[in-house]
Amino acid sequence: MKTPDLPMSVVLEQKRGLLLGPKGWSAVLAAVLVIAVLVPVLNLVVPDGHALHLSDYAVTLTGKIICYAICALAMDLIWGYTGILSLGHGLFFALGGYGMGMYLMRQIGTDGNYKSELPDFMVFLNWQALPWHWALSDLFIAQALLIVLVPGALAFVFGWFAFRSRIKGVYFSIITTAMTFAAMLLFFRNETGFGGNNGFTDFKRILGVPIATGQMRVLLFVISGLVLVAFYLMARAIVNSKYGRVLQAIRDAETRVMFTGYSPLAYKLSIWTLSAVMCAVAGALYVPQVGIINPSEMSPAASIEIAIWTAVGGRATLIGPIVGAFFVNGAKSWFTVAFPEFWLYFLGALFIAVTLFLPNGIIGLLRRPGGIAGLFRRATEKRT
Amino acid sequence: MTPELMEEGAKRLEAYALKRASAATASGGREAAYGRPTRWGEADFSHGVALYLDDITVSFDGFKALNALTLTVNVGELRCIIGPNGAGKTTMMDCITGKTRPDSGKAFFGSTIDLLRLTEPEIAQAGIGRKFQKPTVYEELSVFENLELALAADRRVRASLFSRLTGTQLDRIGEVLQTIHLLPEAQRTAGLLSHGQKQWLEIGMLLMQDPKLLLLDEPVAGMTDEETERTAELFLSLEGKHSLVVVEHDMKFVDQLTEGRKKVTVLHEGSVLAEGLLADVQNNDKVVEVYLGR
Amino acid sequence: MNFRVAPLLLAWLLCLFVPAHALTPEEAGKIAAGDSDERITALNAAVTAGDPALVPFVRALLDDEVKTAGGKAYIVKDGKAVEAATGAAATLPADAEDVVNNNRMRRELDAAVAALGLVSTDRAARAKAIADLKDQADEGKLPLIEKAEKAETDAVLKAQLALLRAAVLISSDDAAKRIAAAKALSGSSEPATRSLLLERLNAESDPAVKAAIQAALDSVQSQLAWGEKLGVLFTGASLGSILLLVALGLAITYGLMGVINMAHGELMMIGAYATYVVQNLFKAHLPGAFDWYIVVAIPVAFFTSALVGAVLERSVIRWLYGRPLETLLATWGISLVLMQAVRTMFGAQNVGVENPSWMSGGVQVLPNLVLPYNRIAILVFAALVLIGMALLISRTRLGLFVRGVTQNRRMASCVGVNTARVDMYAFSLGAGIAGLAGCALSQVGNVGPDLGQGYIVDSFMVVVLGGVGQLAGTVYAALGLGILNKLLEGWAGAVLAKIMVLVFIVVFIQKRPQGLFAVKGRSAEA
Repeated sequence: MKTPDLPMSVVLEQKRGLLLGPKGWSAVLAAVLVIAVLVPVLNLVVPDGHALHLSDYAVTLTGKIICYAICALAMDLIWGYTGILSLGHGLFFALGGYGMGMYLMRQIGTDGNYKSELPDFMVFLNWQALPWHWALSDLFIAQALLIVLVPGALAFVFGWFAFRSRIKGVYFSIITTAMTFAAMLLFFRNETGFGGNNGFTDFKRILGVPIATGQMRVLLFVISGLVLVAFYLMARAIVNSKYGRVLQAIRDAETRVMFTGYSPLAYKLSIWTLSAVMCAVAGALYVPQVGIINPSEMSPAASIEIAIWTAVGGRATLIGPIVGAFFVNGAKSWFTVAFPEFWLYFLGALFIAVTLFLPNGIIGLLRRPGGIAGLFRRATEKRT
Repeated sequence: MTPELMEEGAKRLEAYALKRASAATASGGREAAYGRPTRWGEADFSHGVALYLDDITVSFDGFKALNALTLTVNVGELRCIIGPNGAGKTTMMDCITGKTRPDSGKAFFGSTIDLLRLTEPEIAQAGIGRKFQKPTVYEELSVFENLELALAADRRVRASLFSRLTGTQLDRIGEVLQTIHLLPEAQRTAGLLSHGQKQWLEIGMLLMQDPKLLLLDEPVAGMTDEETERTAELFLSLEGKHSLVVVEHDMKFVDQLTEGRKKVTVLHEGSVLAEGLLADVQNNDKVVEVYLGR
Repeated sequence: MNFRVAPLLLAWLLCLFVPAHALTPEEAGKIAAGDSDERITALNAAVTAGDPALVPFVRALLDDEVKTAGGKAYIVKDGKAVEAATGAAATLPADAEDVVNNNRMRRELDAAVAALGLVSTDRAARAKAIADLKDQADEGKLPLIEKAEKAETDAVLKAQLALLRAAVLISSDDAAKRIAAAKALSGSSEPATRSLLLERLNAESDPAVKAAIQAALDSVQSQLAWGEKLGVLFTGASLGSILLLVALGLAITYGLMGVINMAHGELMMIGAYATYVVQNLFKAHLPGAFDWYIVVAIPVAFFTSALVGAVLERSVIRWLYGRPLETLLATWGISLVLMQAVRTMFGAQNVGVENPSWMSGGVQVLPNLVLPYNRIAILVFAALVLIGMALLISRTRLGLFVRGVTQNRRMASCVGVNTARVDMYAFSLGAGIAGLAGCALSQVGNVGPDLGQGYIVDSFMVVVLGGVGQLAGTVYAALGLGILNKLLEGWAGAVLAKIMVLVFIVVFIQKRPQGLFAVKGRSAEA
């Protein structure tokens, strides 16, 4: 039998080596320019009081939201594409943050309140020497490795046991909540050696350079932004490959995937660990910009918020969660300044509205035919 | 060493070679019993048996879904399995593919692969493909992508990250698309196909896997007569190179498949009630009473 | 100490052979005047003699109403002087001095009053005297104690007196007496005895006595251990009963209906606040019947939460059946809204809910075990709710409909069951039970807007551990987790115990994903 010709479009798609089309790459380039050139200029060069000046507060806020966007992107990889809803990713974010925090605490040196080699909270607890887990904390390279390795190892072990037992869906989400809750309780204790319920704060320097200056702030912002763009490109490459299609297959019909001969364990475990490491890196970038880390970052509520950023933006789109993170956190900043009592009402209503009316999030809304009216019609269709 | 001795030696060698060549039968002849290397993980069909189930018992909360089921399917055979609902047909497939562990019994694929000790992906990689009663395809991916995922290739993570489809593989996908009559719909999202088309897509995915044993659970449920005939043609073309086990209710389809000369097995309450040619089974009193009706 | 023993021995001998005799003026004088040691000796002798007139005299001494002159003591009240020993009126000599009692003297006087109580005719007074003397027994009182013990007719009090005597004798100089005392004390099951024996063990030098004390200590320890074990068991069961109440509602909504309700904690909080409101109404309008506010609060809490649950189900949750992850997120949003609403209405601080008086206090079961009434009440309440719910689900028509709808919605709807209404009832039932749990929690804990947050993780753990679809699993899981938590707490502290329990559940679920009691069967999606 003569081998039939596949439709041209199919063949072309397979042959295409570029990740994004020309429009996509120009958007990425524009984003890089804004992050690396425009913002520094508007903040540092343009004088205060000028209409176009970007305030320090805005730079820090945007840098913070960029770190959140990295978490949302990581969540999209596991939830949007693989169907694993984790309500404990805040733990990895916080662990990365604590890793960086340890280094920054050591960098304070003898400039703390007690003028001692040890961090203030240890002097306060009458400790005489650094505990074992602080052994590497004055070497940046070592601590950077720990930022990646510790959450990665924890994610690997947890995922190994969970996925091997075929725990799925809601059960999995509940045990991730339990995991992050238990870790939060652990970190609240003073004996654990992470600052107890005060955490780490009052940072002075990073890599010997003072941390509270404008230049450092902008530099951290630029690094965070570039990391976000790099992670986005990496995620896009993953999702476009066969690996990405297997992930989506696992999300849609895991039994079929197993009976086709793929082992879902390896795929789930690899994407789960990757997303945990992404969150850890985001946490490490977050802490020097915000200046504080404490155990409330590990609370179940913080992790559930990551899920809502992804859902609001649009699952399985990669760009959606980034948009969602900016939207929700932007709204939060506005509400907590203008109408603080209404913030939780808004957030709660957002949760409800997104699940009922916007299953595909903001991006889905933009791509959907029929507009807003169609949304209501579809949402209130009778379900049996 | 004399010339006579050399002559004798050469003649002996020749006779031996001749004997070896002539003694090769379908199951390997006398030589099959000795010194034949088997490769780990690959099914060994030299004894002519593709699937061997012995005394399989499965009970759910006291209810015996399978009751000492014994079944043998030969290499290249097309076996049809019929029986009333609740007879244990799907449970039998679950046991073979590793979804359910039987309480007792043995299940072998070929002579060497113990199915009861492998996980589902391992069984699939060993060469057993299964088609479900309800079509399970990847609804959000396109038809092409569905087939691409089923392609018999390296299933590991690293391979998936960096793989690219070769020309041969593209051709194979095209071939299967043609066979299942979905070439015009190659780019359509699978969730938008009709029920019959989804069944075909799933059969196509099975073909892509190139399995040695195909387990087909009600493959023509919900198909039109024309589609049913095409499916029968497809299965008949597969027979011989692959072994097939088809579970069906549609007697006309079974008749098309068995062509009056292949064995049919009747299951009832978890064990084999009757086995034989379709005509014989249809006249069997027990079978009539339990399943076919008068 | 030898110079003390002789007069004591004499007093002891005297009290064996000499019946109680009246206090003489000389004796009274000796008690009132002189240096402390002599006064105490005289006091002890008089106490041993046991004259009832001594009691007012000692009381007067304590009240600083005694003056002494010329070796005699006079009680001066309202300007009138009375002779201490006889009670006869007398004129106060001009050189009468005030009697000054230092602290040591006061202690001895207090002990004397207590000791005199030992020979009182009233049993209750004697029991009180024994209890008072427990802390202050010393050798001086020994003769009186022994006399009282011999005269005692009530068996319980006699045993207590024997223990008291042993407690005194444990510090005696004679090793043999100490050993005998140790043996006598080994029968006690008071925590105070244990501390006494421990103290004595450290101070002891004689090895034989040391061994005897250790043996006694072990024996007391094992008897106390019973009390401690039962104590842990009770607190564990109490915590388990609270977890059960909390998880029962969740078991219905999740186990039966498959709805993940992250707002479950807030439904509990609403029940607790409903109780608070009822309490305030009673305080304002029916203060006399305040003790019975809880009886009204229970149905009010149930119906308030059930109503809120019905509203939630109708408006949000019914669109999300079959989509558990979406329900999780939507109900989390609802919980945020509810918490903020309560904060707006009642303020962000905790509010106070008092126990009714019949629930305050506790019952003393063993010397070291007191079971609080409010926790017992909650245990009973949880059991009643469980039984009520089980009966409702299995015996009533509504329960039948609920079971039918949750198992096969389409079929139920085909045979004419109004599935929408049954869903609403089922969810309201679960919510109402959450309200009851909130009402119970208000009696043992703080009531604030984040009451629910503290229990949400626990309640999910119970449901996940117990297995979905069966009430029995929830019961066992709740009780088991409560007891496990309390056991670990005694060993590792509250925080670590909680962490260990969470880790245990996570590991258990991985070994057995379907929970303790799984509904086994052939399901397409395992």
